[in-house]
Amino acid sequence: MLDNLSLLGQAPVLNIQLLLDGLFIGATFVLAAYGLALVWGVMNVKNLAQGDFVILGGYIAVTMAEWGLHPILGLPLVIVMMFGFGWLVYRAVISRVIDRDLFTSLLATFGLAIVMAQTMNLIFGPEVVAAESGLKTRSMFDGMVTVAEIKAISLLLAAVLATIVIIFMKKSRMGQAIRATAQDARAARVMGIDTDRVYAFTYALNSAICGAAGVLISLIWVIQPYFGITHSIRSFVIVTAAGFGNLPGVIMAGFGLGFAEQYSGFVLGAEFQQATVVALLVLILVVRQIQQARHRQVVR
Amino acid sequence: MASFRNLKLTALAAVLGFALSAPGHAKVEGEEIILGSAISLTGKYSSNGLNAKNGYDFAVKRINEMGGVKVGGKSYKLKVVYYDDESTPARGAQLAERLIQQDGVKYMLGPYSSGLTKAIAPVTEKYKIPMVEAEGASRSLFTQGYRYLFAVLSTSEQYLASSISLAAEMAKKEGKKPADVRIAMAFENDPFSLDVRAGVVDDAKKYGMQIVVDDKLPRDLSDMSATLTKVKALKPDVLVVSGHEKGATTAARQIKEMQIDVPMIALTHCESGKVIEQFGKSTEGFLCPTQWSETLTYKDKYFGSAADYDKAFKAAYPDYKTVPYQTAQASAAVLVWKDAFERANSFDTEKLRDAIAATQMETFYGNIKFAKEGNNVAKPMVLRQIQSGEYKVVAPTKWASSPLVYPRNAGM
Repeated sequence: MLDNLSLLGQAPVLNIQLLLDGLFIGATFVLAAYGLALVWGVMNVKNLAQGDFVILGGYIAVTMAEWGLHPILGLPLVIVMMFGFGWLVYRAVISRVIDRDLFTSLLATFGLAIVMAQTMNLIFGPEVVAAESGLKTRSMFDGMVTVAEIKAISLLLAAVLATIVIIFMKKSRMGQAIRATAQDARAARVMGIDTDRVYAFTYALNSAICGAAGVLISLIWVIQPYFGITHSIRSFVIVTAAGFGNLPGVIMAGFGLGFAEQYSGFVLGAEFQQATVVALLVLILVVRQIQQARHRQVVR
Repeated sequence: MASFRNLKLTALAAVLGFALSAPGHAKVEGEEIILGSAISLTGKYSSNGLNAKNGYDFAVKRINEMGGVKVGGKSYKLKVVYYDDESTPARGAQLAERLIQQDGVKYMLGPYSSGLTKAIAPVTEKYKIPMVEAEGASRSLFTQGYRYLFAVLSTSEQYLASSISLAAEMAKKEGKKPADVRIAMAFENDPFSLDVRAGVVDDAKKYGMQIVVDDKLPRDLSDMSATLTKVKALKPDVLVVSGHEKGATTAARQIKEMQIDVPMIALTHCESGKVIEQFGKSTEGFLCPTQWSETLTYKDKYFGSAADYDKAFKAAYPDYKTVPYQTAQASAAVLVWKDAFERANSFDTEKLRDAIAATQMETFYGNIKFAKEGNNVAKPMVLRQIQSGEYKVVAPTKWASSPLVYPRNAGM
């Protein structure tokens, strides 16, 4: 561990590599986490199938690539298909549990996660696959830092998608309706908003965002039917850290997690890369607990 | 009342027990010898599970076509009963119980993967049922003192160990000391890969080499760029990676993207991870261990040479472009059973166990001779190198079809 730290000291340029990799991967985390925050905030459904939506998006991209459509060109198509898929899932499953208590919806989405993972395994097989961008890698600092062009492009795409979603939420009628429903569903209904439709749209939008994240993941990492859970956990860590309704927070936490994973992988070894995610979650919960306890004391 | 109910239950149990023990002779039904196997047809091992099943079926068909198995002057056909273990160890153990208890199977073929074998071996051991397995390579399977477990494949600590001796050889050739060789390694944190690691560490110690990176990859592995950044900074002479297909795919992708330029790179599961197909030229020079290769010169009277097996299997299963070693070794396990039946000349499981333990045969897959612990000690691992997009055997030298390219010259 100390060796690795001193290595960073001797070759500071390695920090650039780690920060860049953290940035690129953090961007995809942000997308999936934002979708989760949306569903959580608006519908109070904690979607445990979040990661499986991501993986499904990735598989659609890989399949389309096999048919000759470049994954980046396929991205809009994936978004549309995943939107439709999300709508169907809402109608079939989520709409039936949305009024129930927390555990029912947790159980339902957990079941959904298992069914999705197994179905993907049946359809696509258990092999680890990756989508090829065909783009090159650029190197800097004597080859010490390398940037795959596709990673930079995926960061850009993630930024564009996030901006579109934010503008949509701010400006469009549906975006306003979603925000109104999140604030107070009953009041929104009184005002004539069809909250059921809002819920369906929100869930479908989340599915589409996850699908987009999945396309990017398949381009820069690898996917497998059972990898969904790790992406779900990351989303939960980010949303827990940021709180839902707090978009800048989600962005910060997403990139922070990207950096944290890269640095812990480098300094502590790859075996701690994902342990870090969970350790951070525990830490955040402890800190939150202390903060709230203080807050409660003040109120008392 | 309670005791009456108990009596009724006991009677019921007795009747059931009788009914269940009746097919105890199901091991041989008429002219058929029944083998049993729990195999992964769904779940995460489904593709390799199917590879193994096809290997079993292919050998069974061939043996039956060639007159079957002769025991006591009479000829019997082989048949295999399969259950899908869903790639989960608990289910595998359950199904082994079911095969033995309910279906009366007395002769077992192994499941796919070390994990499943580990779950099933205690069951077969409990009932003293011999099991010849072909897909569980973990060293830890052969340190438990199992008496009824036999494996035709080489154990996992041998997978990459030969790459270390190759590195030592190359160092000497360049006028360096083997002790100057620096090794970076990344292994998944699972029984199989940790065995592979143990073999590498042992050999590295033998030569006094330095291990500069020693990372353990998580189970849900999809990123190892942090590890590779270290590799880039430390510039080792050898990079060794093992983490099943996901390890091979992830490593190959990121080695390409991060332009990792190490003179020798060795990783397991290149073929099933489809690294050449997915990452093309950047995989030039990768060293990949394999249990079997169709270019080896072993042969037997059932399949002929390794190349003949390769051809015949592809003709029978046209979906396969290359024959995975998982299939070849499954076929070899069936050959071991046939040979044991004929030498034991009996259906008695104890006699069969002793016959299997005394196996000494050459098959298209390699020589088979079991150690006291049940692992095959007569067949070495083969190391292949990716050269111009094809796998070429480079070690051991006896079977080498091409010289090793060192340092590897990767086209990025």
